[in-house]
Amino acid sequence: MKTIIKLTRYGIISAARSRWILGYTAFFFLASEGLMRFGGDTSKAVASLLNVVLLLIPLVSIVIGTMTVYNNRDFTELLLSQPLKRGSLFAGQYLGLALPLTAAYLLGVGVPLLARMGSTDSVTNAGLVLMLLASGTALTHIFTALALVVATRYDDRAFGLGAALLLWLMAAALYDGIMLAVIWTFRDYPLEMPVLAMSILNPIDLARTLVMLKFDVAALMGYTGAVFEKFFGTALGMSAAASALLFWVLAPFGLGMKIFAKKDF
Amino acid sequence: MIELRNCTKRFGEHTVLNGINLRFEAGSVTAVLGPNGSGKTTLMKTILGLVRPESGEMFIEGESVLGGAEYRNVIGYMPQIARFQDNLTARELIAMIRDIRENPPGSREEELCAMFDLAPHLGKQLKTLSGGTRQKVNAVLAFMFNPQILMLDEPTAGLDPIAASTFKDLVLAEREAGRMILLTSHIMSEVHELADTIVFLLEGNVYFQGASAELLANTGENTLERAIARLLQEKNHSAAFELKNLKTQHFSA
Repeated sequence: MKTIIKLTRYGIISAARSRWILGYTAFFFLASEGLMRFGGDTSKAVASLLNVVLLLIPLVSIVIGTMTVYNNRDFTELLLSQPLKRGSLFAGQYLGLALPLTAAYLLGVGVPLLARMGSTDSVTNAGLVLMLLASGTALTHIFTALALVVATRYDDRAFGLGAALLLWLMAAALYDGIMLAVIWTFRDYPLEMPVLAMSILNPIDLARTLVMLKFDVAALMGYTGAVFEKFFGTALGMSAAASALLFWVLAPFGLGMKIFAKKDF
Repeated sequence: MIELRNCTKRFGEHTVLNGINLRFEAGSVTAVLGPNGSGKTTLMKTILGLVRPESGEMFIEGESVLGGAEYRNVIGYMPQIARFQDNLTARELIAMIRDIRENPPGSREEELCAMFDLAPHLGKQLKTLSGGTRQKVNAVLAFMFNPQILMLDEPTAGLDPIAASTFKDLVLAEREAGRMILLTSHIMSEVHELADTIVFLLEGNVYFQGASAELLANTGENTLERAIARLLQEKNHSAAFELKNLKTQHFSA
């Protein structure tokens, strides 16, 4: 445990000095600040930010994650020659990446949005902003864990980066296409439950659904919207969503840990 | 004392270590020699636990250690020239490794940094350091805790002559202090200068193990370089001879 904290701390120090994390924070800050300043109201800003968040967080987390692991390869070897357990090293590596990325996102998006809370906005908007921040945090953790799996499993840098991008493309775009195809093919049948199940299985879709349902307009999204709202409004629905997100963090983390434990360096 | 029993490691089809049995004693310098790809680095990484062998056992001071982590407390490792991308400075890296090792008392980092003239480079980020300077930082990391076992993988590659000779003095002093030192090198004069014992690896097998003087006497050569070349020639001859025998048998049958 102590070693994990030490390694995480060094990961954070190293990330804090790199330019990409500054750029990442600055981008989110400028985007949110701009939308708030010129768009005016929080729910409009969140609606615009949502699409950026859903595409950019997974992409940046998985690309930065894989590249950092590849770049630190020699460094990891040096650490493995110390009296450290491989499990601690893997956990430290994960937290040293996921925490700075999360902090960058929370600072960049959270500060401009939360600073204006209280003054003009209603309480519902607070829930909306918090849901946006929470889903962004979950996506960061999920895609960092996936990055570690890819980079630990494949030694070839180009191949690993390709696999990472493919994963991102699957989750961000192809999955929705498949979902639409399913809906179109079976359009004569009642599809609320299958669609609900499918949108829980993909973390990006799940994050989108969770944030969308916090909008006032969710009630206008027709029958399916009503089914969704009814489901996620219940304790069962929320715990299903939370467990799906948790599963998407823990499953790749566990898999990566297993590969890391057996790997030859 | 390290003992390896029947260690086998395969990378896919390729057997890198083929049931190797070896013993390394304290107070001696053993050079692991062999052509490129003969398994020298894999042997070191197996001892360190960086590479996990398919089968076999390893004992340090009689204790089975394979798969553990604690035993690396008594090992200092100097890898082949490492390319650190990390933006830690040299000083921070040294502090970090000391921190990970729980600040053992009697750390020699200051003495070693002075020895290798590292003072002007300590504040620089690792990725900006030259290969040789990084190698000096690696030397500090390997030696600073007075480890009982030192594993040096081509340690002088990239070092300038002054640093290399400082380094060799350091290795000899450590041997006098009763440490067990294992090193690989392609520089035969260096092996001749440092090593008491030679392990010659070929295609994953221990082809020769013994004192360097013994190797010279056996092959009737004056220098290690020629003795090694002779070993390889003999090996090729015997292989050719076996092949010839095989063919003769085949035709006569």
